[in-house]
Amino acid sequence: MTAVPALEVRALTARHGQLTAVDGVGFSVPAGSVFALVGANGAGKSTLLRTIAGLHRPVAGSVHLHGDDVTATGPERRVGRGLVLVPEGRRLFPSLSVHENLRVGLARRRPGQWDIDRVLDLFPWMKERRNQPAGQLSGGEQQAVAIGRALVANPSVLLLDEISLGLAPVVVQRIYGLLPALLTTGMTVVLVEQDVSQALAVADQVQCLLEGRTVLDGVPAQLTGPQIEAAYFGLAGAGR
Amino acid sequence: MNWVNAVVQGLLLGGLFALFACGLSLLFGVVGVINLAHGDFAVLGAYVAVLLLPSTATNALWALLFVPPLFGFFGYLLQRTLLQRSLEISPLTTLLVTFGLSVVVQNGLLEAFSADSHSFNVGSLVTSSFKVDEQLQVSYLRLGVLLVAIAVLSVLSLFLARSRTGIQIRAVADDREAAQMSGVNTRHIVGVAAAIAFATVALAGLAYGMTAQFAPYSGSALLLFAFEAVVIGGIGSLWGTLGGGLILGLAQSIGFQIDPSLGVLAGHLVFLGVLAFRPTGLVPARAAA
Amino acid sequence: MTAPTGASTGYRVRRLRRSALWTALPSAGVVALLAYVPYVLERKVTDTLVDFFILLVLATTWNMLAGFAGLVSVGQQAYIGVGAYAVLVLAQQGVNPFAAIPLAALVCAAVSLPVSWLVFRLRGGYFAIGTWVVAEVFALLVIRFESLGGGTGANLPGLDGFDAVLLGAMTYWAALSVAVLTLLGAYLLLRSRTGLALTAVRDNELAARSVGVRVPRAKRMVYLAAAAGAGAAGAVLVITQLNVQPGNVFSVKWSAYMVFVVLIGGVGSLEGPILGAIVFFVLQRALADYGAWYLIVLGAVAVVMAVWVRRGLWGLLERFDVRVFPTGFWLQAPGGDVARPPRDDPPPAPRH
Ligand SMILES: Nc1ncnc2c1ncn2[C@@H]1O[C@H](COP(=O)(O)OP(=O)(O)O)[C@@H](O)[C@H]1O
Ligand SMILES: [Mg+2]
Repeated sequence: MTAVPALEVRALTARHGQLTAVDGVGFSVPAGSVFALVGANGAGKSTLLRTIAGLHRPVAGSVHLHGDDVTATGPERRVGRGLVLVPEGRRLFPSLSVHENLRVGLARRRPGQWDIDRVLDLFPWMKERRNQPAGQLSGGEQQAVAIGRALVANPSVLLLDEISLGLAPVVVQRIYGLLPALLTTGMTVVLVEQDVSQALAVADQVQCLLEGRTVLDGVPAQLTGPQIEAAYFGLAGAGR
Repeated sequence: MNWVNAVVQGLLLGGLFALFACGLSLLFGVVGVINLAHGDFAVLGAYVAVLLLPSTATNALWALLFVPPLFGFFGYLLQRTLLQRSLEISPLTTLLVTFGLSVVVQNGLLEAFSADSHSFNVGSLVTSSFKVDEQLQVSYLRLGVLLVAIAVLSVLSLFLARSRTGIQIRAVADDREAAQMSGVNTRHIVGVAAAIAFATVALAGLAYGMTAQFAPYSGSALLLFAFEAVVIGGIGSLWGTLGGGLILGLAQSIGFQIDPSLGVLAGHLVFLGVLAFRPTGLVPARAAA
Repeated sequence: MTAPTGASTGYRVRRLRRSALWTALPSAGVVALLAYVPYVLERKVTDTLVDFFILLVLATTWNMLAGFAGLVSVGQQAYIGVGAYAVLVLAQQGVNPFAAIPLAALVCAAVSLPVSWLVFRLRGGYFAIGTWVVAEVFALLVIRFESLGGGTGANLPGLDGFDAVLLGAMTYWAALSVAVLTLLGAYLLLRSRTGLALTAVRDNELAARSVGVRVPRAKRMVYLAAAAGAGAAGAVLVITQLNVQPGNVFSVKWSAYMVFVVLIGGVGSLEGPILGAIVFFVLQRALADYGAWYLIVLGAVAVVMAVWVRRGLWGLLERFDVRVFPTGFWLQAPGGDVARPPRDDPPPAPRH
């Protein structure tokens, strides 16, 4: 394939003080595909996404967006270039209303089909509750607003960190049900999941992290259950 | 009947305190830092007017046109350079830096203008007042300051509630990093908040200079009053700040009525009382944008 | 002292291993030399040194507060004033002013306890201004007492019978004693369990709490000790000036001095304030003829140091491994290698 990948990560290493949370991780995501990162708690998934988004400074490696090196670009400017993160824990602005949260997402909006109205169409309940403070919403509703806040910027690469965490299975199903709609707009999705079966069901490509390192890399259809399990828990026999 | 007068004068004084407090409150709410040089910058604003007005005979109201914008610009620059840099180290470093600035400003003014008090020429406004009855006179100037304070707070709340920049300012105050990942240029936004805060500080300094005499060291007391108004009103609430300013003004004025040497002390004691019994202030935080 | 061990983490705390003797001997020598000064040098010199000792005491106690307990106060002048007035009141009752110095320190510690209940409700910058308000309140209350001279202050009784030279020498020794005791006290406090706790808090408050460090108690102890130190300094100040002026003893300028000395010398080490006090003092004297310029210069230097030379002058020297007081602690990782703080580590950047 000669097409430039939407997102390419090369030998990225990131630390928290003395701890190396991400250790030489690399991957490449073709435009319009879903890339899943799985791994146990503390494997370094969130740190990896935050580093890609520019919120955490890597000690080595680089991040390329549509072929451009953005490693030195500030996080807000990455948003302007189409790289948007839906962070772990949703991180809404609790004192701002639903509508205001979405408005903040417009800060570096790129031209595209997403805007506040379209998000409100996607989540009809938001219309009536647009003036409610985000801090008063339920977990699932907050997650929807967080996704909406990212969408209105019209990202070309969307990073999703554990969007299912703490949500009821029905809600998770509903949120994952949105994915096809995003992909049809040409968006590229990198998602982090602890729920491996969920990730495998939607991903075109999957990578498993263990203590900051890539221990498994492949296409979901070609991976066996025991293989993934072994990589996930760091059992012997797992390899790339 | 003197008591009615004390209450009215207290409320008018409270308007001035609220004007002082809103910049402090905004800077704390958004930047997360207390500017210990707040009062000294206000006094600096008054001296800048002294310096830039063509003569001492010029009506100082003209200064309202250029000193606040000048200070807004200055505040933006200061935030983007020194304050930003010290914030990246720690909030307490910023505290020490602003304390250092406070001493530098005070003593710089002392060297430049001597320790003598200054006052502004505001024409006939300084003496004109209307009589409610025999005991109660209301100065147009002081009433004007209160109205300006209310106007500034109203415009500020509208701005924060409605405008794109205002919403971004509140977003940054809520969660700076989340604002960053939504594409907000947080440093610029914080700079804008600092610019607004500094413009109101200059405005407060001018208002102070029109209603009282000022000297290089006047700033310390003003900082304490502004701070007390913020805490009494509830940290992080703009309209609470107005309430806090009015309560502080009332306390000082009523204390003064009891015994002229009690004025400031009464204000401090009300503040300590609030601190002891209602440490979150009298208005719950974030009740108003 | 038993070093607490993070049982679950395997981390241990190790103290810099060096014989205390290497500190004690030269320090004792210096103190002995200083004690001998009044016999050989004139009154002018000893008076100057008294001012220096007062500055040193104030800076050291402020450094304990800000550099170790993370409590940035701009209201320590409250205790300078209370200490000063305690000496005045005691002297009015017939107590010898010199004997009143330790009592003044005790009074300040006692006063600071209820004050701490109030101001400890505030964090960070709010704590700073809160302490300042308290100092203002003390000043406004004190001047209401006619017996204390009201707003103009009063002369200190009880020292009229002394020969001027002897009085100068005694004041000098008193100031020296207070300075030595303060440094010794700070040194011991930092080597005690409380000091260990504070160092842990300074490095990581959450982690320290989770291994059972009683943070509020440790902070309060430092606050009390700092109040006592400032009180003793205020007491010496009265004796050297022979009068009390409320506008002077309760002035926020003292806080400015403390902050500048510590920022210039270096936050969070015992040596920093000593070095800072020397630099401050020399600059102050050198610029004595230029009015307030010394404060402008020192303030600007302190701001620059706070932002760009975060460990102060002492931090610069430390790069060459100079160290007078062995108070360092390091976390020892389970593997056995000592995690030494990197040289460019943030200064004990006071954090909340
Ligand atoms: N802010 C932080 N400070 C220090 N260590 C952190 C921080 N965030 C994460 N870590 C550590 O980095 C490692 C990876 O964490 P994280 O990236 O959150 O993993 P995951 O998202 O896979 O659960 C963990 O050991 C975690 O304890
Ligand atoms: Mg995570």
